[in-house]
Amino acid sequence: MSGAAAPLRNDEALVDAIVDEREALEKTWNDPPGFLGWLMSTNHKRVGKRFITTAFVFFILGGILAVLMRVQLARPENNFLGPDLYNQIFTMHGTTMMFLFAVPMMEAMAVYLVPLMVGTRSIAFPRLNAFGYWVYLFGGTMIYVAFILNVGPDAGWFSYVPLSGPDYSPGKRVDFWAQLITFTEVSALVVSTELITTIFKLRAPGMSLNRIPLYVWSILVTSFMIFFAMPTVALASVSLMMDRLVGTHFFNPAEGGDPILWQHLFWFFGHPEVYIIFIPATGFVSTIIPTFVRRPAFGYTALVLSLISTGFIGFGLWVHHMFAVGLPRMGESFFTAATMMIVIPSGIQIFCWIATIWGGRPIFKTPFIFVLGFFFTFVLGGMTGVMQASIPVDLQVHDTYFVVAHFHYVLIGGSVFPLFGALYYWMPKFTGRMLSERLGKINFWLMFIGFNLTFFPMHQLGLKGMTRRVYTYPAEMGWADMNLAATAGGVLLTLGVLVFIINFFRSVRSGELAGDNPWNAGTLEWATSSPPPVYNFLRLPTVAGRDTLWTQPDDQPEVVGLRSDVRQVLVTKMLDAEPDHIEEFPTPTIWPLLAALATTLLFIASIFTPWAVVWGSIPVAVALIGWFWPRKRQADERPPEDIKEKVGEEKAIRLMEETP
Amino acid sequence: MSIIATKLCAHRSSIFCCLLLAACCSLLSGCAGVQSAVDPAGPQAGSISGLWWLMLYTLSAVFVIVICFVLVAAFRRRRPLSGESADGPDTRPEAEQERRMSRTVIAGVALTILILFVLLVSSYLTGRKIYSAGYSAQGALMIEVTGHQWWWDVRYNDPSPSRMVTTANEIHIPVGRAVVFRLTSADVIHSFWIPNLHGKMDLIPGHYTNIWIKADRAGTYRGQCAEFCGYQHAHMAFTVVVEPEEQYRAWYESQLRSAPQPSTPQQARGQEVFLSSPCIMCHRVQGTDAGGRAGPDLTHIGTRPTLGAGTVENTRGNLAGWVIDPQKIKPGIRMPPNNLEPQDLQALLDYLQSLK
Amino acid sequence: MSARRTIDVSHLPTYAFRHRALTWYATWSMILMEGTMLVVFLISYFFLRTRVTNWPPGVMKPPDLLWGTVNLGIILVSAIPNQFAKKASEKLDLRGVRLWMIVTFLFAIAFSVVRIFEFAALNCRWDDNAYGSIVWANMVFHTTHLLTDVADTIVLIILMFVGPIEGKRFVDVSENCIYWDFVVVMWLMVYAVIYIGPRLT
Ligand code: HEA
Ligand code: HEA
Ligand code: CUA
Ligand SMILES: [Cu+2]
Repeated sequence: MSGAAAPLRNDEALVDAIVDEREALEKTWNDPPGFLGWLMSTNHKRVGKRFITTAFVFFILGGILAVLMRVQLARPENNFLGPDLYNQIFTMHGTTMMFLFAVPMMEAMAVYLVPLMVGTRSIAFPRLNAFGYWVYLFGGTMIYVAFILNVGPDAGWFSYVPLSGPDYSPGKRVDFWAQLITFTEVSALVVSTELITTIFKLRAPGMSLNRIPLYVWSILVTSFMIFFAMPTVALASVSLMMDRLVGTHFFNPAEGGDPILWQHLFWFFGHPEVYIIFIPATGFVSTIIPTFVRRPAFGYTALVLSLISTGFIGFGLWVHHMFAVGLPRMGESFFTAATMMIVIPSGIQIFCWIATIWGGRPIFKTPFIFVLGFFFTFVLGGMTGVMQASIPVDLQVHDTYFVVAHFHYVLIGGSVFPLFGALYYWMPKFTGRMLSERLGKINFWLMFIGFNLTFFPMHQLGLKGMTRRVYTYPAEMGWADMNLAATAGGVLLTLGVLVFIINFFRSVRSGELAGDNPWNAGTLEWATSSPPPVYNFLRLPTVAGRDTLWTQPDDQPEVVGLRSDVRQVLVTKMLDAEPDHIEEFPTPTIWPLLAALATTLLFIASIFTPWAVVWGSIPVAVALIGWFWPRKRQADERPPEDIKEKVGEEKAIRLMEETP
Repeated sequence: MSIIATKLCAHRSSIFCCLLLAACCSLLSGCAGVQSAVDPAGPQAGSISGLWWLMLYTLSAVFVIVICFVLVAAFRRRRPLSGESADGPDTRPEAEQERRMSRTVIAGVALTILILFVLLVSSYLTGRKIYSAGYSAQGALMIEVTGHQWWWDVRYNDPSPSRMVTTANEIHIPVGRAVVFRLTSADVIHSFWIPNLHGKMDLIPGHYTNIWIKADRAGTYRGQCAEFCGYQHAHMAFTVVVEPEEQYRAWYESQLRSAPQPSTPQQARGQEVFLSSPCIMCHRVQGTDAGGRAGPDLTHIGTRPTLGAGTVENTRGNLAGWVIDPQKIKPGIRMPPNNLEPQDLQALLDYLQSLK
Repeated sequence: MSARRTIDVSHLPTYAFRHRALTWYATWSMILMEGTMLVVFLISYFFLRTRVTNWPPGVMKPPDLLWGTVNLGIILVSAIPNQFAKKASEKLDLRGVRLWMIVTFLFAIAFSVVRIFEFAALNCRWDDNAYGSIVWANMVFHTTHLLTDVADTIVLIILMFVGPIEGKRFVDVSENCIYWDFVVVMWLMVYAVIYIGPRLT
C-alpha cells in the first residue's frame, strides 16, 4: 500500500502537472455559476458558511430579544413590554437560542470543519447537507414571520402542557412552535447522518479511530446523541400538534392523558440537548488549547472516554428538571446520583485541559483567552449545576433566576465563549484573513465582564425569591438593583458582540493575510490553503499519528489515483481508515432546495389542516424522486473483490452493462 | 496551597482571586426577606438552607482551587526552551512531568468523587428529613390548595363539613403545628412556593401532590407561583400569615362566619348592586345567593391584604379600579370590566369593604 | 518540493456492499432514529396505561385480532422474498433482484390493503381518549414507514427495469431490503403491544 516515489522528471513538469490538476479539480468541484448555481450548491464549505452566518444572525436576533427583556426588567413595575409581548419574547429568545442558534451553530461549524479535519474532499451526502440547511433556514424564517405577525409562541421554550394545549393556548401560536421543532429536528438529524458517515468512512488513510482529532470525536458523540434525543422531542411535538389539531388526548388529564408525559418526553430530549450544545464546545477547547500551548492534548484517551460517557450518562438525567413535580422519591434520588455522576467526566476534561496548559508554553492569543474565560464561567456554572442536582436545594431554586443564572453560565460561558474562541481560531481558514488581536481582546473583556455582571446577580435574585418568566415584579421585593446591574451587564455584552462584528468586517476588508497555517497548528484543515479550494486538498493527505502536521515526517505519503474530472471521493475502512473504495459524489442540483420548499409547504400547511400531511406529501415525493433519480455515472465501474469472487469478474462487469 | 499562593502573588493574580471571593461572599449577605430561600422560618426551609450553605462553601472552595490551578498553569514561569524549538510544538513532552501530571489528575478525580459522595449523602439525608419529618397525619392541619389562572383557592379541611373554611390568596397557619398542603390545579400547571418555609411543589391538573410544612417563627411571608402559567404568571402571589395558635384560632373562627349583613343603607345598596350584577357568576359570598366558584371567594374580602393575588394592595382606590377595569391592573385576567354608575360603585365598595 | 511518496488508489472498486457502503450508514441512521421514535411511542403507551385502572379504559374492547394477525403472517412471510432479493442484489443478479423485489412488493401491497381493515377493527377512535390516541399513533407511525418503503420499492423496481443498471443500484436494493426488515421488526413490536398487550391483564 505504500507507493513508490512519484516518477516526475523535473520541477517544471511537476509545477505544470499540479497546475493542470488544480484546474481540472476546480472545474469538477465548482458550483455552476450565477444565482442558480448558488442555490444549487452542495459544497460543504459554502453550505457551512451559510449555516454559520444564518446561525449567527439568529444569535443576534435572540440577543436583541434578550436585551428587550432586560430593558423591561431593569425597573420594577415597568411598562415597556406587556405580558403578552414579554411572554412571546422570552419564548422566542429561548427557542431561538436553543433551536436556531446553539445546535445549528455547532452543526454548522462541523459541516465546514469535519471534512477538512479528516482530510477528504466533501462531506458525505452533500445534497442532504444542502437540504438540511434549507429546511433550517425556512423553519427559522417561518417562526420569525409568525412572531412579527403576532402569532409568536408564548408558552416557554419547553411549552408545558396543558398551558400549551388546545384549551389554554387557542390560536396558532403554539402550533408554530411545535412545527419549528419539526423543522430543526429534520435538519439536525440529516446533518448528524452526514457527519457520522463522514467521520466513519471518509477519513484520510491512516487516520485510525485513535488518531481522530478530539474535535471530530466530540462531533461524533454529539451526532449520536442527536439520533437518540431528537426523535423524542419530534414525537412530543407531533403529539402536541395532534392534541391541538385533531383532538387526540395524549396530554389531557380528563381523558386518560397526562401532562407529565410531556415533561418526560421533553426533558428526555432537553437534557441531552444541553450536552449536544456543550460537547462540540469541548471539542473547540480541546483543539484550541494544544495549539496555543504548543503541545499535544494531555490525556487524549481520557478525554475521548469522558466525551463518550457524557454522551451515555446524559440520557439518564432528565428527571432533574422535574424534581418539583412530586414523582416518587426513590426514583428522584437516583437522578440526583446520576446527575452528580456526570460531573466526573466533566471534571476529567477540565483537569486534562489544565494539565495540558501546565505542561505547555502558552501564547496568549484571543482564541486562548476565550478558553481561559471559559474555565471561569463554565466551572462556576457547573458548581451551580451540582447544587441543583440536590433535590432539596433544587426545590428552592427551581424555576427561579438561580436556574437562569446556571444555564447562562454553562450555555454562554461553557459554549458561546469557546464558540467565539473557535471563530477567532478558524476565521483565518474561512476567509483567508486574520482578525485583529487588539479588537479581539477588547471583545473578550467586554463580553467577560458584561457576562458576569449580567448573570452573577441572578443567583442572588433567585435565592431572594425572584421566579423566572415574570414580566415584571413589585418594587417592594428589593430585586430592582440587581436587575438593573444585570441590564447594565447586558449592554456591555452587546457591545462585546458588536466589537466582534466590527472586527469581522474589518478583517474581511483589510485583515492581514493568514497563509495556510497561521497558528502553526497540528490538524489537517491547516494543511491546505486558506480559504481552502473547493476540492479541499489537491491530493488527499495520509496520517501517521495524532496532531498530524506536528508529527508527520517530511515525506508523509499522499493519495493519488482519484480522477480529477469526476467527483471521486475516497472511502476508507471504519476502524483503521485503510482505503476501501472510491465513491462518485453527486453534482450540484436544485432538487434539495425544491425538496426543502415542498417539505416547508407540508409542515406549514399542516399547522392549519391535518390533510396537508396527505396532499403535501405528493410534492415532497416528487422532489425526492427527482433528487435521487440516478444519472449515469461518469467514471467506469469496478466491482468489489467479494463480488468478483462470487460471480467472476467478467460476469460482474457484463451484468452491469446489460440495459434492457 | 501555600505554594500556589506564593506563585499567585508573583503573578498579581491574587487580586483577581480576592475579587472572586468577594463575589462569592456577596451571595452570603443580604438574603433576608419575606420571600427568601435562605432566611428560613421553619425546619424544612432550615434544613434546606443548611444544605445550601454546605454546598456553597464546599463548591466555592472547589471553584477557587480549580481557578487557581488554571491561572497558575497559564501564568507560571517556565524554563526558557533552547533556541530552535522555542515556538515549535513540543510533541515529546518530558516523561517525568507527564507522570506527575497524571498523578495529579487522578488525585483530582478521586477528590471530586469523594466530594460528590459527601454532597450526595447529605442531600439524601436532608431530603428524607424534609419529606417525611415524622409528622403524624393526626395533629396536622390539612389545607387543600387549588391553582387557578391566576389565583389560589384555599380550603381548610375539617372532619365536619360545616367547619371547613374557604379563602383565597391568603393562608394562615399556626406556629409550630405541622401542616400538610394538598395541591392540585383546575387548569394549567402552577407551582406552590413559600421560600421561607419550604421548596416548591407543582400543582398539576389530574394529580394531587403533597407538601409538609411547619413554621417556627411567626410573621408574614410571601409565596408565589413558580411555574409559568400564562399571561399573569407574574401576578400570582399569596400571603402566608404565621401566627400563634390562639390568634390562628380566632382567625379561623372569623373565617367560619358568614358574611355580615349590611349595616348601613349604603352597604345594603351595595349588596343589591353586587347580587344583581354578573359578579355572582364567579364569586361566592357565604350567606348570600352569590355562589360562583370560578373566581376567588369574597366572603371576607375586607380582611385580605392584597387584590388580584398580590397584584395591588387592598385599598379602596385599588378596589374601585379593580372592579371597574381589572384588565388595566392585571391584563389578560379572566375577570371582565364592569360598567357602574358612580353611586353604585361607591355603594358596592362600601359593601365589599364591610365583608370582614 | 521534494518528491513525496504516494498511495495509488486508482484500482479500488467504485462501490461496495453492506457496512462498506456509505448508504449503509444512512440506512442505519434512519433505522436508529425511527427505532428510537418507535420505542418512545411504545413506552408512552405503557406510561398512559398506568394512568387508568382498566386497559383499554371503560367498556372499550381491545382491537380485533383477526386482521392484525393476518398482517403479522403476511409480513413475516414477506421477509423471505425480501431476503432473496437482498442476496440477489449482492450477487448482481439482475433477474433475481427483479423477481424477488416484485414478490416482496406484492406482499407489501397485500399488507397495506389489510391495513385498511385493521384500522376499521381497532375498536377505538383517536379522539376517544388517550388510549385511542396512542393506539392510532402507533398504527399511523407504522403505516407511514410502510408507505415510505413501498414508494421506495416502486421507484427501485422501475429503475431495475429502465436502467441504467449500475453496481450502485444493487447496493440501493440491498439497503432497501434492510429497511424492509426494519419495517417487519417494527410490526412485530407494534403488534405485540397493541394487540397482545391489552389482552394480558
Ligand atoms: C451547555 C449547557 C449545560 C451544561 C453543560 C449543563 C451542565 C450541568 N447542569 Fe444544567 N441546565 C442547562 C444547561 C446546561 N447544564 C439548561 C439550559 C438548564 C435549564 C433549562 C430550563 O429550565 O430552561 C439546566 C438546568 C439544570 C438543572 C435543573 C434545574 C431546575 O430547573 O431546577 C439541573 C439540576 O440538576 C442541572 C444540572 C447540571 C449539572 C450537574 C451539570 C454538569 O454537567 C456540570 C458539570 C461540570 C462541573 C461540575 C464543572 C467542572 C468540574 C470540576 C472542575 C470537577 C470538580 C467538581 C466538583 C468536586 C463538584 N442543570
Ligand atoms: C445559547 C443560549 C442562550 C444565550 C446565548 C442567551 C443569551 C442571553 N440571555 Fe438567555 N435564555 C436562554 C438561552 C440563552 N440565552 C434560554 C434557553 C432561556 C429560557 C427561556 C424560557 O424560559 O423559555 C433564556 C432566558 C433568559 C432570561 C430569563 C427570561 C425570563 O425567565 O423571564 C433572561 C433574562 O435576563 C435572559 C437574558 C439573556 C441575555 C442578556 C443574553 C445575552 O448573552 C445576549 C447577548 C447577545 C446579544 C446582545 C446579541 C448582540 C446584538 C447586537 C450586536 C445587536 C446590534 C446589532 C445590530 C442591530 C445589527 N435569557
Ligand atoms: Cu401560576 Cu405561574
Ligand atoms: Cu439537565
